[in-house]
Amino acid sequence: MSRPFILRNPSILIFLACLAAFTLAVTLMSEAFGADMISTSFVKTLGKTLCLCLVALAMDLVWGYCGILSLGHFAFFGLGGYMIGMWLMYARTEIIVASSMANAAIPPTDQEVVNAIGTQIFGVVGSSEFPPIWYFASSLPAQLLLVVLVPGLLALVFGWLAFRSRVTGVYLSILTQAMTLALSLYLFQNESGLRGNNGLSGLQNLPGVSASQAVVSIWFLWASALALGVGYVLCAWVVSGKFGSVIRGIRDDEARVRFLGYSVEGYKLFIFTFTAIIAAIAGALYYPQAGIINPGEVAPIASIYLAVWVAIGGRGRLYGAVIGAAVVSLVSTWFTGGQVPSINLGFYRIDWVDWWLVLLGLSFVLVTLFAPKGIGGLFDLVSGRFAPDRHGADYGPDKGSLMEEEGR
Amino acid sequence: MHIRLIPALLLSLVLGLPVLAQDADAPIQQLLQEQSELIVQSSRRTIEPAIAAIRDSDLPEAQRVLEQWVARDMWVRKSDGIFVYATKAGSGSLTISDFATGEPVGEAPSADFDQIKPNSGIQALISSALVKFQLNSEDRATRIGALDALSRNGNASHLPVLRESIDTEKDVAIKLRKQRIERLLTIAYGETPADRIEAMEAVRGDLGVDVRAALNPILATTRRAAATLPADMNIARELKPGRDLTEAEAYDLLVSASLAPARLTDDVQRQTLQDNIADGMVGGVPVADLNTMAERNRAYENLVTAGLAQPAATSEEVAEALDTHAFFETYAEPDAEVTEAAADTLASIELKLATNQFLDLSLDALSLASIYFLAAIGLAITFGVMGVINMAHGEFIMMGAYTGYVVQQVVPNYTLSIILAIPLAFAVTFAAGVAMERLVIRWLYSRPLETLLATFGISIALQQLAKNIFGTQARPLTSPAWLDGQWQINDIVGISNIRIAIFVLALIFLGFFIFLMKKTRLGLETRAVTQNPKMAASMGINPDRVNMLTFGLGSGIAGIAGVAIGLYAKVTSELGADYIVQSFMTVVVGGVGNIWGTLLGATMIGFLQKGIEWFNPSNTLAAQTYMIIFIIIFIQFRPRGIIALRGRAAGD
Amino acid sequence: MATLLEVSGVSVTFDGYRAIRNLSFQIGEAEMRAIIGPNGAGKTTFMDIVTGKTKPDEGRVIWGEKSVNLLKMNEAKIAQAGIGRKFQRPTVFEDQTVFANLLMAVKNPRGSFACLFYKPTFKDRGRVEQLASEIGLSDELDRKSGELSHGQKQWLEIGMLLAQEPRLLLVDEPAAGMTLAEREHTTDLLKEAAKTRAVVVVEHDMEFVRRLECKVTVLHEGSVLAEGSLDHVTANPQVIEVYLGR
Repeated sequence: MSRPFILRNPSILIFLACLAAFTLAVTLMSEAFGADMISTSFVKTLGKTLCLCLVALAMDLVWGYCGILSLGHFAFFGLGGYMIGMWLMYARTEIIVASSMANAAIPPTDQEVVNAIGTQIFGVVGSSEFPPIWYFASSLPAQLLLVVLVPGLLALVFGWLAFRSRVTGVYLSILTQAMTLALSLYLFQNESGLRGNNGLSGLQNLPGVSASQAVVSIWFLWASALALGVGYVLCAWVVSGKFGSVIRGIRDDEARVRFLGYSVEGYKLFIFTFTAIIAAIAGALYYPQAGIINPGEVAPIASIYLAVWVAIGGRGRLYGAVIGAAVVSLVSTWFTGGQVPSINLGFYRIDWVDWWLVLLGLSFVLVTLFAPKGIGGLFDLVSGRFAPDRHGADYGPDKGSLMEEEGR
Repeated sequence: MHIRLIPALLLSLVLGLPVLAQDADAPIQQLLQEQSELIVQSSRRTIEPAIAAIRDSDLPEAQRVLEQWVARDMWVRKSDGIFVYATKAGSGSLTISDFATGEPVGEAPSADFDQIKPNSGIQALISSALVKFQLNSEDRATRIGALDALSRNGNASHLPVLRESIDTEKDVAIKLRKQRIERLLTIAYGETPADRIEAMEAVRGDLGVDVRAALNPILATTRRAAATLPADMNIARELKPGRDLTEAEAYDLLVSASLAPARLTDDVQRQTLQDNIADGMVGGVPVADLNTMAERNRAYENLVTAGLAQPAATSEEVAEALDTHAFFETYAEPDAEVTEAAADTLASIELKLATNQFLDLSLDALSLASIYFLAAIGLAITFGVMGVINMAHGEFIMMGAYTGYVVQQVVPNYTLSIILAIPLAFAVTFAAGVAMERLVIRWLYSRPLETLLATFGISIALQQLAKNIFGTQARPLTSPAWLDGQWQINDIVGISNIRIAIFVLALIFLGFFIFLMKKTRLGLETRAVTQNPKMAASMGINPDRVNMLTFGLGSGIAGIAGVAIGLYAKVTSELGADYIVQSFMTVVVGGVGNIWGTLLGATMIGFLQKGIEWFNPSNTLAAQTYMIIFIIIFIQFRPRGIIALRGRAAGD
Repeated sequence: MATLLEVSGVSVTFDGYRAIRNLSFQIGEAEMRAIIGPNGAGKTTFMDIVTGKTKPDEGRVIWGEKSVNLLKMNEAKIAQAGIGRKFQRPTVFEDQTVFANLLMAVKNPRGSFACLFYKPTFKDRGRVEQLASEIGLSDELDRKSGELSHGQKQWLEIGMLLAQEPRLLLVDEPAAGMTLAEREHTTDLLKEAAKTRAVVVVEHDMEFVRRLECKVTVLHEGSVLAEGSLDHVTANPQVIEVYLGR
């Protein structure tokens, strides 16, 4: 048993190999490397998909393994995006302002530069002053730290409040959803200092980088793939071993874990915060590829979609979450992009841009009803791994009592 | 033109009997002739005696004169200076009427007449003179119109005529109104301070907006600066720089009163420096170094020393100037007694106002609470009693609202369509609820989180379906006319009928729910099935049927709530989604499984939201944000809601 | 004999129904005690109070030599202090192997970070294997516990309880649904455990209680009706009336 845990879990190696092969293939086929078989915008879509896989991984950890159906992890994702977006927008505007002021008769003072940046960024919400939350926006290291700190602290405080009062199950889901709603409503206000419903834009331009978008998109693809790979290994490490036993125990029978002497609240808080940070990092990688972030991204519905991806992919197994996020988000892009041919029924034309959500909603119901293991369940057919399959009716009134087949 | 003129002149000459005969001896014409000079001169400064003479003449024709004059329809005949009024009959021709009789007397070429063109200043004077006649008019509507005009922009000149008209007024309502306006005008324009203070006493505690509008200008203040506090001004209070106003504001006051030199702004400084660039240097400082304020100040000082720029006030000078001057607020009203009385009266109003505003806010909160209650009551059945979490509940509300909309398209009578829409919405959502329970929820009873997700899938499908059918724009659900009005208690407290209707509907639902759960067979069976399905089944209850009916009922109520909410808000495909989180909050905060808890939860959330909005009325988004944060914290202290079940019944 | 747990004057009310009224109870170290009583006598609620699941309205619960007040502690802290509990129905983590179940229970630091960086030591491994052989599950270590039979699950749970090395074991109806042979095995396990620690067994089955050969406490309507040897209490006319007489 002294083998490194990666070797004990061959699925990790398979996953990393697939991820590496995928990244390499996309790189070689991309515009930046001459082959030009994949457009830059599609490279970005793939890079974004990798980030979505990472946040789905976080969701799987918190829901599939720890049993907390959080409807708030996309809020952390969005917050991460906002944090990096503040620096991107500040630094880029600073370059624009500096070049426009370079021709002035008298060189501008630092304060004048900052004021001009403020006017540029906040003109759209009728202001020119920097709100206090932009204090660190000029510093990349500080904002990178905030990517982790802000969502992490929010998750810590919220989680501490929620778990301490023993809110569980659907109540907790509703509470997390309320948190997400509160956050998005807050961000929608101009007074939030993050440009209200305009959000932050122009994030695809890296300040001080002259490389073309084709090259930058490949960089981000690599970064996203690296983050996903590291995130996968980290999550796999967390769920293996005793810690994994405990959190799965919490999922299955919280009270029992408590009577074993484990502080359930502490474990939940750890997982909640840890996954919030992963989600935030995924967001920080996603939005520079998307180019724009606005409060709509943080709306409660986004977090529910996240749960949908994980459920369709198969929760309680990490690769399931990745597959679910990749498949659903790519198929969704395909359908909503208008590339799917419409179906003409004679009396009505099914336009998939309009009908995709109906299809998604219904297929989601079907998956929940008929394939609770999701796509990942297919792998069980191959590996022959089955969960304990108990037959027969209960002997006694209690849920765990002896069943017919067992009464040998 | 001349060709047409001549026959007309000839005619009048030949006939000898002037076609345009004017009764030059009529009293009104004599009066006009007396004032002729002033009228023709038509100057704002001198016209007043003429208007006053006509107004106070007691002649019945005086009103006609003033009306025609102000309308610029008064003309004077060049030949004899007789005043007439006329309308243009065609090019170059006028239809002449006589002031004395008010009858048209014939046509005449306009070249024979000069038009009297009062300017807008004079028109205003004439109009206010006319008020006297309008106030005493036989026509009730005219009197009310005149009073409306007076309450908008009455002035000192109206006071005497208004007072005169009060005694002769027969209509009680109008008389009261006249007296009220007289008080208000006296407050603003009364002859002596004593009159004005007396008038203020009369309106103590009056909640009318007009009263405050009359009092507030008296208390309006302006900030001033002077070397010492002036004795001849009505000073509201003295200001201390740094405490009551910032030092920058104080210094700006000094500058605008020409008591101190202007301070150098950054922009002016930069411009001055820019104007003095010579050989890449400004005042001995290289231009490239001017990117800090310290260097800019140094360069500017050098320019001042060289006489190239205006000296700017230094910070010591600013401090000294602030020290040696007095800053204060003055009332525009010079009389201190009047301002004091006004402040006193206003204070008496404020307290009553606050009470009434609180009452109004409470009514608002109550109606919001009933909307939340309506939205949540269906959930109180499906989630609270059955424990099924239905994320598509909001879409059932939406379906109800759209049902109402469709019914209105078919039945144009709004009253009838609403009466039809309510049972129909119930039927539609009941059917949808039953279908959903049969097809989906039944299979997921032991897996609440998966119920949540599956019903969410249904929710997005239904929302998109609604978009596909009805489009993305909001559809109107028009309320019948009898629901349009407003129940106005006084100027502050009022509530629209539709909110009252929603409140009543919420009460009806509450009663219905309690009756259903406590008094009917279905309620008994529902409670039994919820607590112990197997035991209930062994007692001969069919749990499947009970669950189906109960779920359908909860959904049906959501449909009716949808009709009510649709009347109050716009019907869109997102209508339900807007309420779903709040509805769940309502149930959770109140305490699951208890209708009184839901009621309390809705009340608390409604009052809370309105309360927070009161602190920051411009921002309802912020109110919702803070409310949700409050709820999250509230759940810390009462995790099981306001009314919590304890012990074994609560489960775990 | 030193007192390990002392419960005195405890009352609990659920929505007006007094589940426990003025209950007093004490147990010393290395003592076996059986609690019997009709349904609704408050047996499970009593365990809930001791393990921190239910907070009583009044009364004191004092633990150990240092006289710690258990009412101020949460479930996890109480478990760490040395009170282990076995539920009425077997609650093991069915999705995990027997080994993982036992390893989770083995006495070690319970903090989340300690657990995250925990690597099973040779000693812990040995302890798990020893426990497995005690409860007769040595061959099932790598099986998922959900695949075990009902009796095996009961034993696994008792094994997990022992792995915690508690000073007081609270066992709720350990023999429910077991075959005769399984019952005997269970009796042996409990008697063995009671040599080094205090064991409280709640049981309906009189035969099972008789085999435990220990002092018996009879609960009725939330308070102690009688206490003593099984023969003593079964001779008590009150006990016969409320319990056995029915």
